[in-house]
Amino acid sequence: MLSLERRQVDSRLMEYLSPVLALVLTVITGFLIFLGLDRDPVEGLRLFFIVPISDAVGVAELGLKAAPLLLCAAGLTICYRARIWNIGAEGHFLMGAVGATIAALHFGEGTGFWILPVVLLAGIACGALWSAIAAFLKTHFHCNEILTTIMLNYIALNLLLYAVHGPLKDPYGFSFPQSAMFGDAALLPMLIPGTRLHIGLLFALLAAVAVGVLFARTFIGFQLKVLGEDHKAAEFAGFPRKRLVWFAFLVAGGLAGLAGASEVTGPIGQLIPQVSPGYGYTAIIVVFMGRMKAVGLILASALLALTFLGGEMMQIGMNLPKAMTGLFQGLLLFYLLTCDAFIHYRIRLTRRHVTASAGTNTPLATQES
Amino acid sequence: MTAAARLRLENIVKEYPGCRANDGIDLTVAPGEIHALLGENGAGKSTLMKVIYGVIQPDEGTLYWDGEKLTLQGPAHARQLGIGMVFQHFSLFETLTVTENIALGLPASEAKDRKALEKRIREVSTHYGMALDPRRHVHSLSTGERQRVEIVRCLIQHSRLLILDEPTSVLTPQEVADLFRTLRQLASEGCSILFISHKLQEVRDLCHHATVLRNGKVTGECDPTETSTDAIARLMVGDETPLSTDVPPATPGAPLLEVSGLSYASDDPFGTALRNITMELRAGEIVGIAGVAGNGQDELLRALSGEYKAAANQVCFDGQDVGQLGPDARRRAGIAVVPEERLGRGAVPDMSLVDNTLLTASAQGMVSKGWVAYRKAREYATRVRDRFQVKSDGIEAPARSLSGGNLQKFIIGREALQEPRLLVASHPTWGVDVGSAVAIHQVLVELRDRGAAVLLISEDLDELFQLCTRMGAICGGRLSPLVPTESLSIGQLGQWMAGDFADAAGEVNHAVA
Repeated sequence: MLSLERRQVDSRLMEYLSPVLALVLTVITGFLIFLGLDRDPVEGLRLFFIVPISDAVGVAELGLKAAPLLLCAAGLTICYRARIWNIGAEGHFLMGAVGATIAALHFGEGTGFWILPVVLLAGIACGALWSAIAAFLKTHFHCNEILTTIMLNYIALNLLLYAVHGPLKDPYGFSFPQSAMFGDAALLPMLIPGTRLHIGLLFALLAAVAVGVLFARTFIGFQLKVLGEDHKAAEFAGFPRKRLVWFAFLVAGGLAGLAGASEVTGPIGQLIPQVSPGYGYTAIIVVFMGRMKAVGLILASALLALTFLGGEMMQIGMNLPKAMTGLFQGLLLFYLLTCDAFIHYRIRLTRRHVTASAGTNTPLATQES
Repeated sequence: MTAAARLRLENIVKEYPGCRANDGIDLTVAPGEIHALLGENGAGKSTLMKVIYGVIQPDEGTLYWDGEKLTLQGPAHARQLGIGMVFQHFSLFETLTVTENIALGLPASEAKDRKALEKRIREVSTHYGMALDPRRHVHSLSTGERQRVEIVRCLIQHSRLLILDEPTSVLTPQEVADLFRTLRQLASEGCSILFISHKLQEVRDLCHHATVLRNGKVTGECDPTETSTDAIARLMVGDETPLSTDVPPATPGAPLLEVSGLSYASDDPFGTALRNITMELRAGEIVGIAGVAGNGQDELLRALSGEYKAAANQVCFDGQDVGQLGPDARRRAGIAVVPEERLGRGAVPDMSLVDNTLLTASAQGMVSKGWVAYRKAREYATRVRDRFQVKSDGIEAPARSLSGGNLQKFIIGREALQEPRLLVASHPTWGVDVGSAVAIHQVLVELRDRGAAVLLISEDLDELFQLCTRMGAICGGRLSPLVPTESLSIGQLGQWMAGDFADAAGEVNHAVA
């Protein structure tokens, strides 16, 4: 008989093996899904996972999609290490995009090297401001941050829609719900000429490394970890809980806001309703896939970025809906959480003691059922 | 003799992953015998008890009940045979009455007639001298009364073997005396009693026979009335471990901590409010506070550590009002605290000893400008480990991998090496092996002799009487006077533990003046 048994010591191997295992299981399940959909599974998987990154432009596109994921995930990592379940990266991201747009439109076609930093700072500030609402509710009213941040995501989305349909709408845009194109001074420089990859990726890599250093070397990182692992110990040690919660929320909001700002000042160049394909939500998967470590986050953000590209390929090459992206992301998270159980537990084969009690208990059990 | 034995165990073996909890245990309990089962934490007492009560099946070995071979199918089966058990943590519903609680354990035919049941409860409790009102709700009962409910429940089910797991750990000395009277009467009427404890004096007072366990094996049997406590302790702990600390007399110095009129209403709905606590601690003395768990000990500790903030001038340390300071600032001022919970407050379970060093000792040069100097933390953790002989799998081992005693040595060592001027320790040797307990006592006495004040909050009266210069008791959030240990009788302390401060009023005034 199989039974799940708590390990004496958590498995380090399983901690790192789990994301790999989850990916393998996702691929296998994907194979079966393609079969079920009456498509060639090998071709399907090739289109989803390989074709999108088979040339330089594809790799650049991967970096383009990975950058916002990584920025959001870096911020969320700070929250999640402290067991602050901030689900609001999507909202921070959208508000960051709105904030950057307001600044960029304000400067119009103006020139000056300082315009871009101010635009990005406006995005960071708006993202942080948005997450400050949830921080305030948590520290002052003990509101559950899962609920408040999810609700704030919807409010942010509606604010964005209001903005593009109203005050930020391009007056010469034939009534399309989108802002005017930004001036050149408000656009991010390109990283690789001939592609759409901009320096937002550098911000993201920097953020991932900074978060790694935060938890490996700084006292505030240590305090956040203790707060997450054992809040009674944090209280006993006298760590400033409220200040730590504020720190986590503001940094997460700022980084997601920067991601939003980089998106409108980067590949898009204007504010549109579909500015995010769900980066803020997908970033949650990145955090868990990446084991909350810098290198892990970078690899995971690349993998999850691939699911966006793969989803587009599905539409083009297989006539399947874009929902394939969400499907693969869901599978990944599902298998990851399943495999993670084996970090703390192991399967054990046990022999049941067949005693007289088994015999006498059986009739009782059937009566009850 | 075998035929007469009420319960006989032969070669009981029970193995858990990584530990052989019971390793070939033999045990015989005669009718009407009060039999002590002695051993340190982890010796295998609880496992054996669960085997006898049918909670777990032994891997090997045989039970005989009244001379007949027995395979227990569960606790219900055990109760049916007449094996009753009183756990350390009571299994009572607080919102139900005494009668209702007892009815829950009975077959429907007996439970149905509440009037008759009530009458029987009254009869049984009066007969055995355990005053109990069957209509009271359990939440309104004291710990001692709740224990009586558990015992009466067993007696109503006609138990012929009563197992009591550390029954005295929750009682005041007077309640202990009452309990022993009841148990002696029960035994004289033929009921066998298995008395599980690690308090040797009690066992010597009460029991006819003792079986001593160590590391899952029987290391000795004796007649406790004729064997010295030292000889029994040797059987419990083995040959190498020292049994107790020498405590030279203290030389108290200047007043260091002054608590005056401290009241605190707990945030926790199940907490106890502190009521007008006034005390003074001098440098170079150990002051003890006895009390039954949950009478405000934890709140007092938090009020001193800074986890709770006090009003102005309620907590003064070295002439400075520290009542408004948080734990970090108080630690810097020289107040160190060892909380009752080791894992999950005193130490983070899944973090390494190095990280746990950083938890409270970060001010020892381990953090500069927000950056952690892990080299310093490792050095400090190594010093704690070497100085206090903490057995661990290196300093990177997670806190939860350490045994209770070793973790406690680490936590106390972590605080002691910071050279605090006041150490507040709550239940520092609870659940700790004798060897570690002696080492921990040593640390407290050394701190005292270096001029620190030590406040020792404990339920272990032996420990308090052994170590403390002055002591008193806390009950219902109120503190008794703190008097010199040599002038305090155990009877007086017991009254204070039960909240009876009436005859101490004069002394209170005296102490305040």
